[in-house]
Amino acid sequence: MIELEGLTKRYGEKVAVNHLTFSVRPGIVTGFLGPNGAGKSTTMRMMLGLDRPTAGDVRIDGQHYDRLKDPLKYIGALLDAKAMHGGRSAFNHLLCLAQSNGIPSSRVHEVLDTVGLTSVAKKKAKGFSLGMGQRLGIAGALLGDPRILMFDEPVNGLDPEGIHWIRNLMKALAAEGRTVFVSSHLMSEMALTADHLVVIGQGRLLADTSMADFIEQNSRSYVRIRSPQRERLLDVLHSAGITVVQAGAETLEVDGGKAERIGELAAQHHLVLHELSPQQASLEEAFMQLTAESVEYHAHSGGAPSPAGAPAAPSPAPAPGQWGDGWKEGRS
Amino acid sequence: MSTPQQPPTQTPVPQAVPDWQAAPGPSYTAAYTSPIPVTRTHLGHALASEWTKIKSVRSTIWTLGVFLVLVVGIGLLVAAQTTNEDFGNVPYTIPAFFGLVLGQICLITLGVLVISSEYGTGMIRTTFTASPQRHRVLAAKLIIFFAVAFVVSAFAIGFVGLVTESMHGSGEGTAWGGSVVKGALYVSLLGVLALAVGSMLRHSAGAITAMLGLVLVPAILPAFLLMSESLRTIGEKMLDYNAPNALAKIFGLDEGNGSGGGAQLGLLAGVTAAAIAGAFVLLDRRDV
Repeated sequence: MIELEGLTKRYGEKVAVNHLTFSVRPGIVTGFLGPNGAGKSTTMRMMLGLDRPTAGDVRIDGQHYDRLKDPLKYIGALLDAKAMHGGRSAFNHLLCLAQSNGIPSSRVHEVLDTVGLTSVAKKKAKGFSLGMGQRLGIAGALLGDPRILMFDEPVNGLDPEGIHWIRNLMKALAAEGRTVFVSSHLMSEMALTADHLVVIGQGRLLADTSMADFIEQNSRSYVRIRSPQRERLLDVLHSAGITVVQAGAETLEVDGGKAERIGELAAQHHLVLHELSPQQASLEEAFMQLTAESVEYHAHSGGAPSPAGAPAAPSPAPAPGQWGDGWKEGRS
Repeated sequence: MSTPQQPPTQTPVPQAVPDWQAAPGPSYTAAYTSPIPVTRTHLGHALASEWTKIKSVRSTIWTLGVFLVLVVGIGLLVAAQTTNEDFGNVPYTIPAFFGLVLGQICLITLGVLVISSEYGTGMIRTTFTASPQRHRVLAAKLIIFFAVAFVVSAFAIGFVGLVTESMHGSGEGTAWGGSVVKGALYVSLLGVLALAVGSMLRHSAGAITAMLGLVLVPAILPAFLLMSESLRTIGEKMLDYNAPNALAKIFGLDEGNGSGGGAQLGLLAGVTAAAIAGAFVLLDRRDV
């Protein structure tokens, strides 16, 4: 159990983490989501006592991290795949970590085996690919067989097989009753692994919800219709009590899964349809819409950054106008 | 061999993925307990960890190797060029002095690297995650480095002394045990000071440069300071207390009894203690 209370980190004028309050529970995978620069890594560093919070508090099972007597057995963390001395072999890297917590060296062999690095245990870490470095970092996190695991962007640099492996690993760890806290900027990745979702943007909490709720609230399904007889179709649908949104010159959109009914109505009135397709707004779109206000580094390609064209989906968080306000004030 | 071997991609670790499919839905009450026995960590663990660290990187081998080559190599060369009469009233360890003046730079480099390489590579975040008691990590680093530096330098100076005595010994030489201890202490303390500076500056090149300045500037500057009447006293102090001159006094090069250098050693110990105190204060205050 990790509890954050009003956690705030300020770098001069810039507020990196703004009054975050949430808790991470055991037995499930909690996804920590936000665009680049949202403050995810800063938050994780404060959880581990590496950065001092400007205000607020983090407690691990009720204790401050630097009061833990056996930190590696409490928390295993992967912060950065390259947070190791490149000149040291994988085995020695893990050995010095194990020794600092009184963990027997036999455990080093075990975790090397778990992540599949046994054959390169004597090789220097600087020769490792990003994926291998990521595996070595995960081995370090697993070293103390901890009850809390924290991974900062663990799938970065992994091949598809490695991504599959780490997904299953995280679920397996959570199923054993551990607390698993994993950050990512990829909604699609989280949808596959996380049971609970914490979304931040500009250092502020945007959502703290279960994955199922998030999907239910944000995955808008609709039916797209194209017809050369648009006006007549509009009349027909209208008199049938179906709300229609005009999405383009020839395109109409109808919320909800009513494709069959629309098809039948069109047939009854002898209308020509060029397209009648059920559509699902992706979670990625929902996430982009949720965080659109707070994305720090926009790529300017022509017009204003549009939230992927997904029209106003119900948002579980405060009104969009509020999210980026403080930040904009801070910048000017 | 620059391309790394592929990680073994065959079976993606079956034992790590037992049966999560079979796992029931989220159960918030279950908490995992590890079979690994819980031990309260203490300084002993940190020392073991730092010992593994210092001996498992190439830079330790290189700096200490070059140090030994310089001190022993130059020492034996000097010993071979001297005669029995040269050691009338100076210790037999004097040939080691010439190598030490150069070799101290190796210990400074190693001292800085022990800590700054962790900042440079990002290893420090892993280290402090594993040991959130930062002061314990720094203390362990200081102790391990000092022990290694002292043993290696005492061995080198003692070895040169032994060989020189066997070459030029005529029965009634001066006692040279003190010069071994004090010489090794002086260069080891310089290394410890470098470690403390490295911890404060967190940057290898910057800290090494700062330390070289600290060693070399007081040795060079007096030549200019002595020309000015008002700066003369400062110049004389610098001349007296700079690192090469301190070593010269320890080895009895100017007084001829091998017991000098106490004041210089004291000054270095004071400066080192202050730097260590500064390093501890900053370590606690700053983000990693």
